[in-house]
Amino acid sequence: MPGAAATGPARVVARDWGWRHAGRKAWAVRDLDLVIEPGERVLLLGASGAGKSTLIHALAGVLGGADEGESHGSLLVDGVPPERARGRIGLVLQDPDSQVILSKVGDDVAFGCENLGVEREEIWRRVDASLEAVGLDLPLDHSTSALSGGQKQRLALAGVLAMHPSLLLLDEPTANLDPAGVAEVRDAVARLVDDGSSTLVVIEHRVDVWRELMTRVVVLDADGGVLADGPPDLVLDDVGQRLADAGVWVPGIPLGLAPRPVSGPSAAVITTDDLAIGRTRKQPVQEHLGLAVPEGAATVIVGPNGAGKSTLALTLAGLLPEITGTVTAAPQLAGRLGSRPIRWKSTELLTRIGTVFQDPEHQFVSSTVRNELGVGLQALRWSRTAIDERVSEILEALGLGRLAEANPFSLSGGQKRRLSVATVLAARPAVMVLDEPTFGQDRRTWLSLVRLLQHELERGATILSVTHDAGVVEHLGDHRILLEPLELGRRAA
Amino acid sequence: MSASTKISPSERAASRTLRWRVVDIVVVAVLGVATGLIFWAWNTLGSLWYAGASAVTPGFGGIAVGIWLLGGVLGGLIIRKPGAALLVETIGAIVSALIGNAWGVTTVYSGLAQGLGAELVFAALAYKRFGLVPAILAGAGAGAGAWLLELVMSGNLEKGVEFNAIYLGSLLVSGAVLAGVVGWALVRALASTGALSRFASGRDARREV
Amino acid sequence: MTSLTAADRSTVLHHRPPLDRVNPVTKVLAVLILSVPLLLTIDWVSASTAVLLEVMLFPLSGLRFTALLKRALPVLVFAPIGGISMLLYAKPGGTEYLSLGFVRVTDNSIELAVAVTIRVLALGLPTILLFARVDPTDLADGLSQITKLPSRFVLGILAGARMLGLFIDDWRSLALARRARGLGDRGVVRRFASMAFVLLVFAIRRGSKLATAMEARGFGAPNERTWARPSRLGRADVVAVLVTIVIMAFALSTAVLAGTFRVVGQ
Ligand SMILES: Nc1ncnc2c1ncn2[C@@H]1O[C@H](COP(=O)(O)OP(=O)(O)OP(=O)(O)O)[C@@H](O)[C@H]1O
Ligand SMILES: Nc1ncnc2c1ncn2[C@@H]1O[C@H](COP(=O)(O)OP(=O)(O)OP(=O)(O)O)[C@@H](O)[C@H]1O
Ligand SMILES: [Mg+2]
Ligand SMILES: [Mg+2]
Repeated sequence: MPGAAATGPARVVARDWGWRHAGRKAWAVRDLDLVIEPGERVLLLGASGAGKSTLIHALAGVLGGADEGESHGSLLVDGVPPERARGRIGLVLQDPDSQVILSKVGDDVAFGCENLGVEREEIWRRVDASLEAVGLDLPLDHSTSALSGGQKQRLALAGVLAMHPSLLLLDEPTANLDPAGVAEVRDAVARLVDDGSSTLVVIEHRVDVWRELMTRVVVLDADGGVLADGPPDLVLDDVGQRLADAGVWVPGIPLGLAPRPVSGPSAAVITTDDLAIGRTRKQPVQEHLGLAVPEGAATVIVGPNGAGKSTLALTLAGLLPEITGTVTAAPQLAGRLGSRPIRWKSTELLTRIGTVFQDPEHQFVSSTVRNELGVGLQALRWSRTAIDERVSEILEALGLGRLAEANPFSLSGGQKRRLSVATVLAARPAVMVLDEPTFGQDRRTWLSLVRLLQHELERGATILSVTHDAGVVEHLGDHRILLEPLELGRRAA
Repeated sequence: MSASTKISPSERAASRTLRWRVVDIVVVAVLGVATGLIFWAWNTLGSLWYAGASAVTPGFGGIAVGIWLLGGVLGGLIIRKPGAALLVETIGAIVSALIGNAWGVTTVYSGLAQGLGAELVFAALAYKRFGLVPAILAGAGAGAGAWLLELVMSGNLEKGVEFNAIYLGSLLVSGAVLAGVVGWALVRALASTGALSRFASGRDARREV
Repeated sequence: MTSLTAADRSTVLHHRPPLDRVNPVTKVLAVLILSVPLLLTIDWVSASTAVLLEVMLFPLSGLRFTALLKRALPVLVFAPIGGISMLLYAKPGGTEYLSLGFVRVTDNSIELAVAVTIRVLALGLPTILLFARVDPTDLADGLSQITKLPSRFVLGILAGARMLGLFIDDWRSLALARRARGLGDRGVVRRFASMAFVLLVFAIRRGSKLATAMEARGFGAPNERTWARPSRLGRADVVAVLVTIVIMAFALSTAVLAGTFRVVGQ
């Protein structure tokens, strides 16, 4: 028999529920009273740090025990604590990088089904079906360690979809996907819940993508409890403005950002000549690139998942060596150093080209948020007071002030992203290379980030962002670079 | 964290279960892999040292062995569950053997014996004490385990009493210092980064913010 | 989409080198058979015979000669170390060639030193022969399905051990990150030490999160688990065990016939 998945959609009941993470004084979620009926499709909204991920982890029963934090009230899935209903619940975590479990794509997708006790033939059928549903077109024995950010996210989703869970929980499942991928994933989820066999809870800042599919919107209040709850149209239309002020991306409410002045052609600050790039020398992901990054302007790199955008960004930033061809920095940037950024020393790079990695955790080097921001400045031998001043200023601007002493790794997804962008902003480099600088941001934090970046532009900085975010393209995309993936055949050659 | 308390929080018997969580299992494997890499890196240097010391003295080669005993101490101190010391040391040995070293399968037998030595020390302390002294004892215990196994496995029975006595002494010292003290310091450093926040061993370093 | 269904997988098997058809669990058993008797005895004839027979089996492993040599290099280089210690400190017996404090080189110690050195080779080769091409996932499948070890542990450890493959990648990206953050200019030794520590921290964090991800996919659920990849024993496994038993029996009996057979400590 196909295992526990056959028992129909789950019902969720929270009574006065709350959770406080170990090491935190504040409760992440508080005073939550919520009933989700079987088969409902809930879009869970709320500001960055409001406790959405915490709640969804609790629903999946993976929040842990007394070592991990303190709970209050009760939270039940079909009448039992979620840990005991584990086999019927599938969760896609916010961070795609940490969810790869096995070393081959097929095995990884099969893992969840195995845990549920699904029959072998059926497992492989489901594996093929869900890989196709999420649009991950890779052989089953492809290695899971050489995937781009978006590919990893699709893989994680396929693994959970294949479980056919009674309660399907998705934490920002499309944050790293290209627009086509977003639609693909949404449709895959829609097909799965179409017959009403699963209850669905999705966290996503971008409301418009999911609005049609959902039967209900729940907005978590950062101060505890629920801010709004009801059918999507009702909630978003009636109290839209209030929600927007609280950070929710309500469609149709203008951002209030001034349009970027149309800039004339400006000199290039970084150019490439017949450039081939790749993580390893043997496998170029792009070839024959002749690009120019204009000085003092905002440029975006766009393109589908796996096209090599991150690889290009790292190469332009002087972190990955070119495979063939060259990256050349203009004299006004290079100064008396050589023209190739890859040859510069680390501290020389710091004030010239700053880089934000796609995965924020890769770039954290300290054990508190405050130190994290100070590291680069210390390397530049700023004075203590100057560092403190600059750090406090940025912390406040990005809403991280209360978390100054927290460990960077314990932050929420959106907070991590802001911190990693802040580490680059702190040193005020002449060129900033930002890989997906805005993913996971609520409306308010998004606006403060974009304003900060625009402010840097006005100061004369050059900004190069890799992004799937249409808002970034609009507000930080004076110039655009489109990357299309090399065909697989050519890449292998 | 006041320095005046008699029993440090890390040694306090916590009211927790000895049941293995999934995170315990996975992190045991991660630690095993990491120590396997340390072993492997130490293989060349350590065996040259061993050979050098053996050539000039009978049995003092054991002084170089301590680093190979690190796994048991790390596993026991971090995970604090029955079997953790044995598992980490054994996985480390397997990794070292699979990457390729001079001793093949016998590495794995060594890992088992050394891990068991450390494990028995933690068991004797009822899995309740994890300070510096238990770490040193566990390191020495691992050394004793190595010594017992090598009586047969390296044919040390064929050597004289002097050799084996000196060898035991140097193994105990090396285990206590290079595995015990070093392991303890390493766990402290790990805890201070916040990486052990999901473990009892990381709770002491945690501040509320 | 190029996809391998369960049925395709078994057909692929037949094009692989013979040793790949042996279940990893059988290989564990084979290594035990090939090592334990040698560990309990110490003589150069049985060890040499074992080495010779093992070398003859190498074509079955599918390893290229250069790969084999690369893997066997540490064994060859370090094999004499155990021998030296034995040469100098074994209990004296027969003619004495050198005596210096504790050091006594005698007929007995020379014989033992040679035996120990060859034995290191005999013990080192099977691991390379049998495990150079084993996929950890297959081993884990075998350990849970055939030897019935608790799957929670086997799979948890498998998932954690996969980090080994990520270490090189992580090392690279952490190095990039430190360069980007202005910490890349320190001296080589300091940088190496601090990177190694950071890597350990990172691996533990990854492991902790991986555990959550596994639970999020129903790992540790109370119901019975199924297996997407069957792990079976077949004729190849029987043959493999028989061959190893024959090798060992042959090696030991040659030693007995040659009169060199000797149990450790006797
Ligand atoms: N493991 C943890 N340890 C300590 N504090 C944590 C941990 N995880 C989250 N927090 C804190 O709990 C609060 C809620 O975090 P959570 O991840 O639930 O937010 P979120 O609503 O998902 O935000 P985002 O939209 O940015 O992902 C935040 O202030 C965060 O810093
Ligand atoms: N660490 C790695 N090792 C080997 N190959 C990798 C690695 N990371 C990515 N790749 C491969 O390189 C190609 C380009 O990856 P890259 O991360 O640059 O894509 P991307 O355009 O940034 O995609 P995304 O929008 O999903 O982030 C992908 O096909 C991916 O499979
Ligand atoms: Mg979140
Ligand atoms: Mg990318």
